[in-house]
Amino acid sequence: MNSLPSFETTAATSAVPTAAVHPKITGRNVNVFYGEKHAIKDVNVDIPERSVMAFIGPSGCGKSTFLRCINRMNDTISICRVTGDIRIDDKDIYDRSLDVVQLRARVGMVFQKPNPFPKSIYENVAYGPRIHGLVKSKSELDEIVETALKKASLWNEVKDRLQESGTGLSGGQQQRLCIARAIAVSPEVILMDEPCSALDPIATAKIEELIDELKQNFTIVIVTHSMQQAARVSQRTAFFHLGILVEEGTTDQIFTNPVDTRTRDYITGRFG
Amino acid sequence: MFLTLFGLVLAVAVVCFFVGRSRAVAVSGANYSALHSLPSYHGWWLVLMAAGPAFAVLVFWSLVSPYLLRPMMLSQFAPQLTEFSAAQLDGFWRDIQAIAGGGTPGVRDAFREEAAAAYQSTNRLSLIAMVALMIVLGAVGFSYAWNAIAVHFRARHRVETAVKVFLAASATVAILTTVGIVMSLLFESLRFFTMVSPLDFLFGTTWTPQQMAFRTDQVGGTAAFGFIPLLTGTLLITFIAMMVAAPLGILAAIYLSDYASPKVRAVGKPVLELLAGIPTVVYGFFAALTVAPFIRNSGQSFGFDVSSESALAAGVVMGIMIVPFVSSLSDDVINAVPQSLRDGSAGLGATKSETIRRVVLPAALPGIVSALVLAVSRAMGETMIVVMAAGMAANLTINPLEAVTTITVQIGTLLTGDQEFDSPKTLAAFGLGLSLFVITLSLNLVALRVVNKYREQYD
Ligand SMILES: Nc1ncnc2c1ncn2[C@@H]1O[C@H](COP(=O)(O)OP(=O)(O)OP(=O)(O)O)[C@@H](O)[C@H]1O
Ligand SMILES: [Mg+2]
Repeated sequence: MNSLPSFETTAATSAVPTAAVHPKITGRNVNVFYGEKHAIKDVNVDIPERSVMAFIGPSGCGKSTFLRCINRMNDTISICRVTGDIRIDDKDIYDRSLDVVQLRARVGMVFQKPNPFPKSIYENVAYGPRIHGLVKSKSELDEIVETALKKASLWNEVKDRLQESGTGLSGGQQQRLCIARAIAVSPEVILMDEPCSALDPIATAKIEELIDELKQNFTIVIVTHSMQQAARVSQRTAFFHLGILVEEGTTDQIFTNPVDTRTRDYITGRFG
Repeated sequence: MFLTLFGLVLAVAVVCFFVGRSRAVAVSGANYSALHSLPSYHGWWLVLMAAGPAFAVLVFWSLVSPYLLRPMMLSQFAPQLTEFSAAQLDGFWRDIQAIAGGGTPGVRDAFREEAAAAYQSTNRLSLIAMVALMIVLGAVGFSYAWNAIAVHFRARHRVETAVKVFLAASATVAILTTVGIVMSLLFESLRFFTMVSPLDFLFGTTWTPQQMAFRTDQVGGTAAFGFIPLLTGTLLITFIAMMVAAPLGILAAIYLSDYASPKVRAVGKPVLELLAGIPTVVYGFFAALTVAPFIRNSGQSFGFDVSSESALAAGVVMGIMIVPFVSSLSDDVINAVPQSLRDGSAGLGATKSETIRRVVLPAALPGIVSALVLAVSRAMGETMIVVMAAGMAANLTINPLEAVTTITVQIGTLLTGDQEFDSPKTLAAFGLGLSLFVITLSLNLVALRVVNKYREQYD
């Protein structure tokens, strides 16, 4: 591990991070290819435990792609190839012996586009606990569903219509339903891909509150296009550009004193 | 003659299009944006008004004139025709048409020659009248349309309306044809039910219409028209076929859409669909020569008494035949379930089969149900395999090892060979056809209800 306290980058390799006290997730020389397209280039990153890390960067720079590597969702894309080393709690998640289903139960995900199942609101949230056999009784399940919906600040809007279809909700409600669905299985890590892109400021504030609360127990990685949001919720921030992790550091440092000119240009809105 | 005139109308239409278009350009002073409608709409407008009526006259006259000419000719020669029976009158009419058209008549004599000459001159007159009418209408329409073309003329709206009318007319033709078929089915069935009581038909348990032929003097007699054995036979075979086709088809669809690699899918899907292209008669002899003996032999080795023709053989082979109906449609609907739903489920730690069982299949269920209904209709309508493998014996049984027969097979046997058109034996075919129609229709309605209910709940 590189011990220089520097965030300088070469063209293709991001510096090996140092700041994380106890990394939950570590990525080393991660490369991702979609067929011929090289979408992630030699990314090195440490994501500390029980904290929020934000990925920012212009559209198409590979934030979602990298996020999906962390719970191996890229496995479902046949042309996608991942090389390098990604570890959670020092275990290689691309190891052959690792059970990807278990991994995804530990590393939950909220997708960029809301994707509720065509089932009732209740069944959407109960889905995870059911398949993992987390509950023994109906009342226990009711409890989990209610807690998850409350945490996602959706409970008040849907408590009288739990049996109605989840796809009948508004876009923002659907996104909060997906958040509730993810936290209902109480994962250790939650990956959120622009969870607030369809939400109004009030719901956004509630989700940010939720993220703040969740970080007591969980490790959270969030992709966002809102600089303010990254600044508000995250402890560390990573800036991606064209598949390269340009700069990574504490959120304060990135937003007040970025080292790389590309980072400075991006956060001051000079390009995007 | 018709084709020549049709070609002429078409040529006039093409000319009208260009004339109308350039007229529109001219009135606008080559300033297109001043026109309310694009020049080509004015072209179409002129086509509609000039060639449209002429074309309508042509079609209508050609369809109707034979029906007017025939009574005219017959009444003109009525004195000589008094002895003729209805069939002879038909022959006479055919003969004079053949002579006039330069064909080979059945009989050629001086009287027929004379009649043919008269027919020819009347026909020519009628043709001249028709062409004159076409020209007049075309000219009137042309001059009206020509004068209407102006900068603010709303040709686009007129043309759009005409398109709408044309489409509605096409839909009406299709609907009326269907209604007509159903009506004829209904009326012939009603005639049948005046000869055989509907109660005997619906609840009778013996089906022996063939005995009719020996006892023409005595309607009813030992000929029995009980439809129950046919119904049970049909349902039994359809049930067996669906027991084969539903699981095989749905599982194959799941494999192809979610498990197979793109390469396997690229080969597997067309190969499966190839099954649908095999003629049913080939399935028929496969059933009769391979499957039926196999079932009989293996049945005998277990000590069962299996007839050489059995519902089981026909049903199993029919099931294989309709696998592609189920699999192909189900595969399409399963594929149409968005990948994001699969990702959502996988992201929660569901395995592939959990995802399919709990998310994909429920979302695809309405489509799968319609695939199954289509397959059932297909199975009920299938004739050839049953004839060859299940026999024609109208046994009332639900034992799949016995020979049975189905509604469609009996319709086939009732109408093959020489038949008198008003004997109950022949008309029974319409009764059977009507019952099959009612069964399939209600099946479709029920399935539609189920599908809609499910949609309301989940979509
Ligand atoms: N399934 C795929 N197949 C092929 N190329 C892909 C696929 N998914 C993403 N890419 C490509 O990989 C690159 C990174 O995409 P990614 O979705 O990670 O961007 P992003 O940073 O999340 O952008 P956004 O902010 O717009 O969501 C893009 O150039 C994209 O075209
Ligand atoms: Mg993205």
